[in-house]
Amino acid sequence: MAMTMHVDVVSAEALIFSGNAEFFTAPAEGGEVGIYPRHAPLLTRIRPGAVRIKLANSNEPDVILYVSGGLLEVQPDGITVLADTAIRGADIDEAKAREAKAKAEEALKNRKTQMDYAMAQAELVEAVAKLAVIEKLRKRGH
Amino acid sequence: MAGGKEIRTKIKSVKNTQKITRAMEMVATSKMRKAQERMRAARPYGEKIRAVASHLSQAFVDYPHPYLQKRDSVKRVGLIVVTSDKGLCGGLNTNALRLAVNKMKEYSQNGAEIAVTTIGNKGFSFMGRNGAQVISSAVGLGDTPHLEALVGPIKVMVDAYIAGEVDEVQLVYTKFINTMKQEPTVEQLLPLSGEDFKGPDHDYNWEYLFEPDAKTVIDDLMSRYIEALIYQAVAENMASEQAARMVAMKAATDNADKVIGNLQLLYNKTRQAAITKELSEIVSGAAAV
Repeated sequence: MAMTMHVDVVSAEALIFSGNAEFFTAPAEGGEVGIYPRHAPLLTRIRPGAVRIKLANSNEPDVILYVSGGLLEVQPDGITVLADTAIRGADIDEAKAREAKAKAEEALKNRKTQMDYAMAQAELVEAVAKLAVIEKLRKRGH
Repeated sequence: MAGGKEIRTKIKSVKNTQKITRAMEMVATSKMRKAQERMRAARPYGEKIRAVASHLSQAFVDYPHPYLQKRDSVKRVGLIVVTSDKGLCGGLNTNALRLAVNKMKEYSQNGAEIAVTTIGNKGFSFMGRNGAQVISSAVGLGDTPHLEALVGPIKVMVDAYIAGEVDEVQLVYTKFINTMKQEPTVEQLLPLSGEDFKGPDHDYNWEYLFEPDAKTVIDDLMSRYIEALIYQAVAENMASEQAARMVAMKAATDNADKVIGNLQLLYNKTRQAAITKELSEIVSGAAAV
């Protein structure tokens, strides 16, 4: 019997693949890696690219998955791919963080003007109601 | 006495409202099913990443990660508050926000400042209104949570933690227990307790090969772990939201039924009274002749 290892490919949003494999390749940061069962423990980042899984005891074609980066953990009897759901990078993350921060500040500023607006509107409604009452009283007086 | 026509109009308007609440109930039911599936789909990632981190903590202990180190004094606390974007979901957001406010009070009594990251519109406007210091936010997430939308706001908080501007990070969200029960929860996010990574795991003693180097990989792993935890909370919150909305809308529909029943009764009584009055007038008129 050929040696096999358990392969799990998961992303934060879903379990993408889980099954036994004879051979596995992934685009690691240092270059494409091919892994057979009983590989030494390895932990590496992976680049966006294709992951190929040769299924165990089957004549089916290899499973090919696209991952947009992530982490790869190799144990002698199993492989875990922690796939990202979006392309990541230090500078991209940084930009996103800045954007989120700016948005929060911006929205807070706007909220203030919105609140002023709401308050002004409430005052206006009140004033109109008062006017209507005065109008009514005046009519009755005549 | 209210005229027959007025009551009829009122009945019609209540019926229209009921149509809306019934439709919303059905929509929430179907959305809840999907949200629950997504919540379950997110679980394996969290489990796997925790397993990897636990292997790591056993195999490699030379690099004590800042996420795992407890700070001596807590001067500033970060709060990540997860709420829904839309209302009409019963007490869901109110309860979560009340919990957040209580927590904030508790911290400020101990002399700690508070910085808030809000996820979801409701929490954002609530915190903004109450003058909390909102450092980042994610709003308008839609029905499907996407990690991509959360990365930025989370990074702001985590960066603040690393820079020492925040000494502790707590996560507030509504846990989905079942369709009828959702519970507002506070969980400590940072520093991570080392307990999370210990488990009845295999005792591998092999040293890992790291590529490019240990620090980078561990940093990446840890930040993804934090994101996974928050993503899971958001997914759970969304399932809770739909469930709460379903229940709230069902109650509204049932109430509308009751109101319609009462109004119908009142209408019939009014009609009957008018007829009786008319009859007695005719009879007394005839008697007079």
